[in-house]
Amino acid sequence: MDLTHAYDSLGADLLTVLSMALATGAGLIIIVWDAFRRNAPGIPWLAAAALAGGVVWEALHLSAAPGTAFFGMVRTGGFAAFVNLIILTATLLTVVLSEPYFRRIRHEFAEVYALLLFAAAGMMLLGTANNLVSIFVGLETMSISLYILAGLVRESQGGPESALKYFLLGAFSTGFFLYGIALLYGATGTMYLPDMAAGLVATGSTALFWAGAGLLLIGFLFKVSAVPFHMWTPDVYQGAPTTITGFMSTASKGSAFSSLILVLYYAFPLERWGLMLAVVAVVTMVVGNVIALVQTNVKRMLAYSSIAHAGYVLVGLAAGTPEGYAGALIYLLVYSVMNIGAFGVIAMLEWDGQEGSAQTLESLAGVGYRRPLLGVLMGMFMFSLTGFPPLAGFFGKVAVFAPAIDAGLSWLVVVGVLASAVSAGYYLRILWTFWMRPAPEGAAASQGPPPPAPGLAAGALVLCAVLLLVLGLLPGLYELTGSYFPALAPVAAAIP
Amino acid sequence: MPLTSLIIFLPLLGALAVMALPGKNAVRWAALLATSATFALSLLLYFGFDPAADPGSPQFADLLAWMPDRADIKYHVGVDGLSLLLVMLTTLLGPIVVLASWNYIHRYEKGYYALLLILQTGVTGVFTSYDLLLFYVFFELTLIPMFFIIGIWGGERRIYAAVKFVVYTLAGSLLMLVALLYLGFTAGDAVNGGVFTSDWYKLIAYDVPAADQTWMFFLFALAFAIKVPLFPLHTWLPDAHVEAPTGGSVVLAGVLLKMGTYGLVRFCLPLFPEAAQRYSVLFAILAVIGIIYGALISRVQTDAKKLVAYSSVSHLGFVVLGIFAFTQEALQGAMIQMVNHGLSTGALFLLVGMLYERRHTRLMSDYGGIAAVAPVLTFFMVLSVLASAGLPGLNGFVGEFLILLGSFKSVVLGRPLLVALATLGVILAAVYLLWMLYRVFFGPIRHEANRTLADMSAREIGLMIPLAVFMIWLGFAPNAFLQKSDRAAAFILETVQQKASVASSAAPTAEAPLR
Repeated sequence: MDLTHAYDSLGADLLTVLSMALATGAGLIIIVWDAFRRNAPGIPWLAAAALAGGVVWEALHLSAAPGTAFFGMVRTGGFAAFVNLIILTATLLTVVLSEPYFRRIRHEFAEVYALLLFAAAGMMLLGTANNLVSIFVGLETMSISLYILAGLVRESQGGPESALKYFLLGAFSTGFFLYGIALLYGATGTMYLPDMAAGLVATGSTALFWAGAGLLLIGFLFKVSAVPFHMWTPDVYQGAPTTITGFMSTASKGSAFSSLILVLYYAFPLERWGLMLAVVAVVTMVVGNVIALVQTNVKRMLAYSSIAHAGYVLVGLAAGTPEGYAGALIYLLVYSVMNIGAFGVIAMLEWDGQEGSAQTLESLAGVGYRRPLLGVLMGMFMFSLTGFPPLAGFFGKVAVFAPAIDAGLSWLVVVGVLASAVSAGYYLRILWTFWMRPAPEGAAASQGPPPPAPGLAAGALVLCAVLLLVLGLLPGLYELTGSYFPALAPVAAAIP
Repeated sequence: MPLTSLIIFLPLLGALAVMALPGKNAVRWAALLATSATFALSLLLYFGFDPAADPGSPQFADLLAWMPDRADIKYHVGVDGLSLLLVMLTTLLGPIVVLASWNYIHRYEKGYYALLLILQTGVTGVFTSYDLLLFYVFFELTLIPMFFIIGIWGGERRIYAAVKFVVYTLAGSLLMLVALLYLGFTAGDAVNGGVFTSDWYKLIAYDVPAADQTWMFFLFALAFAIKVPLFPLHTWLPDAHVEAPTGGSVVLAGVLLKMGTYGLVRFCLPLFPEAAQRYSVLFAILAVIGIIYGALISRVQTDAKKLVAYSSVSHLGFVVLGIFAFTQEALQGAMIQMVNHGLSTGALFLLVGMLYERRHTRLMSDYGGIAAVAPVLTFFMVLSVLASAGLPGLNGFVGEFLILLGSFKSVVLGRPLLVALATLGVILAAVYLLWMLYRVFFGPIRHEANRTLADMSAREIGLMIPLAVFMIWLGFAPNAFLQKSDRAAAFILETVQQKASVASSAAPTAEAPLR
């Protein structure tokens, strides 16, 4: 690496990762602003503006030519723009939903927004990493921000537990990650993903390579909460503030998955991993959906549901074809929209301190009639998560299942669709609680009219619902994601 | 004018209007207006339909490619002889169901009528799709409104019934999706230059390899058999029917069940002809068990609505028998019997619902002697019962007669004894239906409350008249209706024959599909 001209290219490189720079810059400004004016009301909107700018910027670059920046540390171009768009959209929705939520629970700290922005920057680095070091830096930036966000509400019962568990197990998985990176470097003599196969041929240390690859994959499976590395998910999701849970379950999962896609696509030969990923996908879908059936806490139920959804994405990865990776990207986008929506509805229901604050299904009985808008939106999110057409959840599932069938993994898809049929059991359970059960005795009378939902947050949820109606039908989405993965380079053949 | 699309989506527009309108009355009238306008439009379809046209493409077709470079999935709707009468049945039942719910539904009217209209869009879409994935989208879309209609406006065990209905059907149709995608890829490789295709016309031109036919046939047939429902997959039906509000039951029996039998005819026969013929006897046996079993269970019911619900299991057994006989008469009979069942069972549910509205009980022992106080209601009930039992001169006879005739002749089935057993079902139908009629309408008045029972109102008479007219019309002059599906039925059977003969000549050692 010749660094003599590093500064010349720096300016141009910065432009290619503009949204990452925007998020980081806005986060730093917020910290300074907060130091002079404690919890200034404008802070969330500065964060939202920076993120919205990033969304627009990335949307303009969706079909840019692929490339790398900063001496090959990150990938740029269409794929990176798509991944960043998922992350930025999820973060923007989270900021808009969090502002009234944290005000309501009297935790309107400005640091929340700075941390959300830093987490988003880390996720973007992770999701577009082209080098093992940038994977690690991105991962840590994201994780440390999230550890703090998870434990934000110190007074709540689950908050500190959630943060501590997340931190301890996260640190543990980081160990796997780091060890894997070290071994891979030892085996191949390079940190760059596309050079690994060639490096391995040069050194010939295959045993070391496979050990490193295995450890790295375990680290990834932990971050996307695939079974059997999912144990932390329910406790962390339940204890964290609800809008933050929505953020963790979508943006961080999305970025970890896209990093995994890059690793699989550029560095690891898939025919060696396809079966392993398929088996993990099966276990993840089955365990996630079946355990979700017996949950009584809504957030916990949605936590298991998000485990199951990681399984569906893994089906696309197990297919190992360009269509499979493209389908996984589509699924991540759709999943982010519907899951943020679902957690957003639950967050808004927590406000008046009576219904929903207990987060149990019992406390939400009949809530659809008191809050028709939230009820209808929840209906759309639940049907989309189940995979009912014409909502985008269905098209997302087809996008990951169809390539798997094409790749000869029909048995895997059969398990997947049966698991989705099981999932109808608990998604519908939320709906029948909302719409088909009478409100608990005297609840409606004592509460009076529910506080009106703040306009902007409600608008964000409506936007999610509208996106779910149109996203799946956009032919451009399939063309676009398909174009990110030109025919596979024969990485595998080179590796003994 | 994109007539077919308009008929599909006008109810959806109506649903949006219903959501926007204030007040109970405006909502009801808007729903009635939307469904009536849809029916009026569908009359254009009926009279403009040319039964002699080439069945190789749909009439009144609307076509819109989705992403032609990557996958051959299209918005392709239209009608042919298989779908025309079912579309007409759907649009006819639309306003009738709205009128039947007029006073029955007295909470959250807005949601109810909006869901009813969305449901109609889904059902019409199912019958008019010529793209398998589009078909699947509409097929699943019908579950969402039905889940809420049963679950919110239903009886005491409504949640159980609604969830059972959705999970049962969903499991079947998701498995069908797997087969559908696999079929799309393999057919795409074989006949569409490597591009995924779900175009019905392209798929029926593709010979599915014998090795794949069996499992794909069973995955498709499972989804449809659950919907029909075929014995032993029928257990969701009595729960859903009994718990649903009258309007929901009418739509469920009238058109939703037909999606299953229609799917068998449209997809299972022409796509997997060898497998369909090889397992035709299995399906015929299940159908006959359903006929007899449904009839016997109906006979011992004490609840009038449950009796009508189980009678559907029995009646649709005839339709499945006709489908798997592979003769022109039987298939024609099955097509017309789908319409007949929609008319007469729809009428029975409406009348039982009217009784329930008056007395809030469905137990037959709570009635008796109603004929004396409500002669008009009794007249319509007698007519519907006789139509349902297959009295010559009424519609039920035409379909059952053709099905039995065609099945006796069937070379593929070749089991006259089985068909003779099915004939027993016609007698049993008369037994349980007349028994119900006797217990409810005749004999002495046993309960004081029944003495003041009101007869049918003008609205109720108005909604029954079209059904009664069609029951008699179809019974006396079935040819006008049969002629519509004549070419299409022949086309399906020709496709089956042609593919089966190609397969058997190519592989003479294989087990002959025609036994």
